[in-house]
Amino acid sequence: MKKIRVLCILILAMSMILTACGGAKKSTTLNLYAWSDYVPQQLLDDFSTKYGITVNYDTYESNEEMLAKLQAGASGYDVIIPSDYTVAIMIKQEMLEPLDMSQITNFGNLDTRFTNRDYDPGNKYSIPYQWGTSALVYDKTLVPSEPKNWTDLWDPAYKGRLVMLDDERELMGMALQVLGFDKNSTNTIELNQAEAKLVELKPNILTFDSSTPENTIINGEAWAGLVYNGNASLAYQSDPNVVYICPTEGCTIWFDNLAIPKGAPHKDAALQFMNWVLDPQQSVLITMEFPYSNPNKAALDYLKANDPTTYESYMAFSGTNPPDTFLANATPIKDVGDATTLYDNLWTDFKSR
Amino acid sequence: MSEKKSSIWLRIYSVLVYGFIYAPILILIVFSFNTQKLNIRWEGFTFHWYEVLFKDGQVLLATKNTVIIAIISTVVATIIGTMAALAMQRYRFPFYNTSETLMYIPIVIPEVVMGISLLVFFVMIKFTLGITTIILSHIAFNVPFVTLVVRARLHGYDRAIDEASMDLGANEITTFRRVTLPTIMPGVLSGAMLALTLSLDDYVITYFTAGPGSTTLPLRVYSMVRFIVTPEINALSTIWVAIIFIILVIGQIAQSKRA
Amino acid sequence: MISEQASGNVKQKFSLTRLLRENQIAQGLFLISPANIYLFIFIVLPLILVAGLSFLSRGTYGQVEFRFDITNYTRLFDPLYGKILLFSLGVGLGTTVICLVVGYPLAYFLAHAPTKQRSLLLFLILLPFWTNFIIRIFAWMIILRSGGVLDSLLQWLHITQAPLNLLYSPTAVMIGMVYEYLPFVVLPLYTSLEKIENSLLEAASDLGAPPWKAFLRVTLPLSVPGMIAGTILTFIPSMGMFVVPDILGGAKTILIGNVIRNQFLTARDWPFGSAASMILMLLTMIFTLYYTRKAGFGEELLV
Repeated sequence: MKKIRVLCILILAMSMILTACGGAKKSTTLNLYAWSDYVPQQLLDDFSTKYGITVNYDTYESNEEMLAKLQAGASGYDVIIPSDYTVAIMIKQEMLEPLDMSQITNFGNLDTRFTNRDYDPGNKYSIPYQWGTSALVYDKTLVPSEPKNWTDLWDPAYKGRLVMLDDERELMGMALQVLGFDKNSTNTIELNQAEAKLVELKPNILTFDSSTPENTIINGEAWAGLVYNGNASLAYQSDPNVVYICPTEGCTIWFDNLAIPKGAPHKDAALQFMNWVLDPQQSVLITMEFPYSNPNKAALDYLKANDPTTYESYMAFSGTNPPDTFLANATPIKDVGDATTLYDNLWTDFKSR
Repeated sequence: MSEKKSSIWLRIYSVLVYGFIYAPILILIVFSFNTQKLNIRWEGFTFHWYEVLFKDGQVLLATKNTVIIAIISTVVATIIGTMAALAMQRYRFPFYNTSETLMYIPIVIPEVVMGISLLVFFVMIKFTLGITTIILSHIAFNVPFVTLVVRARLHGYDRAIDEASMDLGANEITTFRRVTLPTIMPGVLSGAMLALTLSLDDYVITYFTAGPGSTTLPLRVYSMVRFIVTPEINALSTIWVAIIFIILVIGQIAQSKRA
Repeated sequence: MISEQASGNVKQKFSLTRLLRENQIAQGLFLISPANIYLFIFIVLPLILVAGLSFLSRGTYGQVEFRFDITNYTRLFDPLYGKILLFSLGVGLGTTVICLVVGYPLAYFLAHAPTKQRSLLLFLILLPFWTNFIIRIFAWMIILRSGGVLDSLLQWLHITQAPLNLLYSPTAVMIGMVYEYLPFVVLPLYTSLEKIENSLLEAASDLGAPPWKAFLRVTLPLSVPGMIAGTILTFIPSMGMFVVPDILGGAKTILIGNVIRNQFLTARDWPFGSAASMILMLLTMIFTLYYTRKAGFGEELLV
């Protein structure tokens, strides 16, 4: 009994100490809700220092989780970072606040290739944050021959040697493109054929992994696969034999954006934050820390002037800086509305085989 | 199977099982000193990740939240659960079957469903999401686990002891405190330990019932892991384990001193 | 005894306490109320929402529309879901059985360990489970992966020559599942075994029974409540567990847990997800109640 009492007292003491360390709350705060390891701490700290605003950085694991929570009615968040197709959905469901562009004076720093895109014409609700691709990665010393197309991966020589994103849209999209169809197809016949094609590929797949697929490549367990550019870049950092290409059949381009959910409690702080992120010196911090592509032209110029070595590495690898030949075949994923149910059925069936 | 012989085989077996249980923990600890940041192969020794950990404000905040939530929800759930277990193992009352069914629901319900339903519920009654909603949710899923474990302990409990105590002049409350409770204490503690474990580790339900600034360790770690599993997480686990281990050892010393 | 409170206005409280003291039903109700009330508010009410949700429809953008729709339930009759359910049952059953087999001797050891050490040993079993769930599984990846810790160890000991390729295989999944659910089995078993009195075993031996027979006829049957509790705590959650098969198994299989999660998070078809959840809950509830009643666990009568 005594032992339990001692234990309880210790635990209680610990929790009291921890609570005391909470500290006083500042009057102005910003509630950021985004992917984790996506916004550099330095950027947030500099923002806090400059404007005297405390930033709460809460995280989610996927667009859908964030969407599910906000659709259920959760509130309190000021800035979110949804992907392109999620922005489109949220606009249609009137879940975003229109942006007061007069507060976002740094908007001109963005490369115009990435503004005014079809998921948010005129950037009324969102500002591009980072962008990237999902495409074919392989280790040229491990593969039997360097794959040029997705179809090459169906070769039995790849048995148990592929790593794929655990994403129904990416894989179905890839299969659809291999068959010559549109990656956002809603046609039942085309979709069924795509699933059948994927079933043929399944024996070659070692693992489905959307979080750290690069580890299987680095470790040599997988020789090739479909991954995000961030994964490919990380693999490349550890293994210079890694190659990342966009096959002519097609690959995906994605854009993540800053946006303000409807009813955000600190709208002005949110706009200040968005403008802050667009500042070249701040934006550059993102590129220095994370292996994605930066839509901020002024930031890249700044990087070139101040850190040519990092700039060179950024420009040299197709994961961070895809050449035009790469981008020519890259298309975005779009929401398929009611066909989502069909995609899900087929994916469930595919996984159960 | 004489006492002595079974002891040796049983002991060896138990050591092996403990080894199995601790294998990943040892790996975590060892790799927390690894220079390679990808947690695949060992490359070199460093304290770097511990530095990173102590500067990581988000992780520290998450840890604080997690501990508070776990302790409060465990204590409340243990009290409610033990009472319920006593009720169910010793008494017959109206709606007994309903109560029993009710008790099993949180165990059989998929976590996503519980999480979303609680979220919608809180939103509907206009209760702001935050630490409190997380605690309320944790208590909800902890109660049945405590009840189940304590019931297993109570099954076959011989009421004769209680009756003897009362015959000797103690009232119901004293009997409970001095006779019943100590006897069922291993069960109560086991239940509490289970509840604590569940609360410390919960991701799904916490995800849906958390609000801005109330992030917990499982949420933080889950997200960190989406990007890259750096040894900073290993460092966190190592320290966590070390602290609890020290508390246990202190508790054990206090125990043996008493005897 | 009852304290002599000679004050008039205490009379009211007096009879309530007496009621609780003397009336068994009142006692029972008093003890069960906190749990009932709490669970009603935080489980039943939200669940009614889910039940309601299961009859609505999915809008084009994944929002919920107030159109009555029974197809969420009829869709579940597709053989695809039957197949997934059976597979999940198999995984759950396998995990539970292995956990019971592996965990029983350990629980027995704990129950017979010197009293002073028991709590410590118990805590030591749980300690690893106070690290984060995901990290533990990732640690297993480090151990099981090709060329990882296990491979290196076995090759160094010359037990194997080539990598075992354990990661992303069903074996890896089983290891992970058993690892995760072991405490859920050991704890209840321990509490059950611990209270078996030595006098019973002594009596058996006095009557001439060899130790193995005493175990079979005395210990084992008395530990059944613990086994039942352990089974419930393991079988049901493990059926819906998808994280271990996803991480250690390479996400190559699909379990009920995946299906339901996908509905809420990927397909964003909450009505269908709700319907699937209701059915799953119904099935597991039937199983649980039948199992506990039949095995005598829930039949403890008024003393």
